[in-house]
Amino acid sequence: MSIFHHNGGAVCAMIGKECAAIATDHRLGVGFQLISCQRPKVYQMGPKVCVGVTGLSTDAQTVYEKLKFRIKMYTLREDREISPKALTAMASAMAYERRFGPYFSAPVICGLNDKNEPYVNGMDSLGARGDENAPFIVDGTCDESLMGMCEALWKPDMNPDELAAVLEKCMANSLNRDCLSGWGMTIYVITKDGVSTREVQGTRMD
Amino acid sequence: KRRRLTMADILLGVTGKDYVLLAADRSAARSIIVFKNDEDKILELDSHKLMATSGPQGDRTNFGEYIQRNLQLYNLANSVPLSTHGAANFARRELAEALRRSPWQVNSLIAGFDKKGPSLYYMDYMASMHKVDKAAHGYGAYFTLSVMDRYCVKDMSLEEGLSVLKKCIHELQTRFLLKCNSFILKVVDKDGTRIIDMDGNTVEPPKPKTFNKSDDSDSKADE
Repeated sequence: MSIFHHNGGAVCAMIGKECAAIATDHRLGVGFQLISCQRPKVYQMGPKVCVGVTGLSTDAQTVYEKLKFRIKMYTLREDREISPKALTAMASAMAYERRFGPYFSAPVICGLNDKNEPYVNGMDSLGARGDENAPFIVDGTCDESLMGMCEALWKPDMNPDELAAVLEKCMANSLNRDCLSGWGMTIYVITKDGVSTREVQGTRMD
Repeated sequence: KRRRLTMADILLGVTGKDYVLLAADRSAARSIIVFKNDEDKILELDSHKLMATSGPQGDRTNFGEYIQRNLQLYNLANSVPLSTHGAANFARRELAEALRRSPWQVNSLIAGFDKKGPSLYYMDYMASMHKVDKAAHGYGAYFTLSVMDRYCVKDMSLEEGLSVLKKCIHELQTRFLLKCNSFILKVVDKDGTRIIDMDGNTVEPPKPKTFNKSDDSDSKADE
């Protein structure tokens, strides 16, 4: 089993019309053993920005802690909130600092900039960023299923409710077929009013 | 192979209404040899925190004592003890930073009681940490986690928690290949940490065995 699949987890982010959404599963395991089903992988890093970190749990925690520190310093120095694009660049640079001993985790950034334009992006563990204009970003143990589901169901200019529904469908169907992720799901919808969280019931708990 | 070094020690933990109960087996063994069978694997980090550790003896004691002493230093320097959350995160950070330098092969359970009540933190040897209500490490986890899932309820009393642990230990003694005759049970609640036996009665801290006859006679003379 790959080191990225040791603890399990999956994250998926999508953009809509002046909104963005990111979903996470809740499983934390050690190999095939389950440790907890209350471990979401997404953290809110600003009033309109969320970051999901998948991969090896210890490195995901470390990356989150270091990123949080750097964002706080950025906010203090610049006296403004960080935009998702800048956050992506910061996370990518942080990952590349460890080029020859990388963190085994890959952040996914999802948010709205101050003009309320949605933005999602992700990177691999070395900091190679994805397409800036990507409609959706997926990561985790069931990334291939997620990619297929998103490709099939995503359409442009969805409003927040439609976006949440589509994201829920994509995520639920992918998680239900993957033993290393799942055990619950939370969706974070980011609009100009902020981040709203919703825990989804009814996914397979196995 | 890395992981197998930490697998044979049994660590169990359950959280109740106002306490956390930790149990650890008492044998210190490597490969086919048992060095001693009265080892205390649960360290008192401070008055209201416990850390149960598993792994090779050197790493286990070194990491445990390192965290213990740094927490004492924090207490002295700041005149106030660190919360359980802070202590667990401190331990996690130390372990995570050492992971790519000179790693400690130590699985641990950190338990504490502070203003927010009882809390138990599960920590892997790679420093993935999570706050949980019940936890177990190593091979013992394969036998006991399901027992805990079945019998643990929210806001358990100490008697209920002890009965769950008794069931876990019985399961281990029946079905686990490695002999686990004795366990050390420690509980942390608002009054601090104490060692208890299977019926919940407080026991004295186990005295280390002495093999020197003259030492024994000295202690008798003091009495």
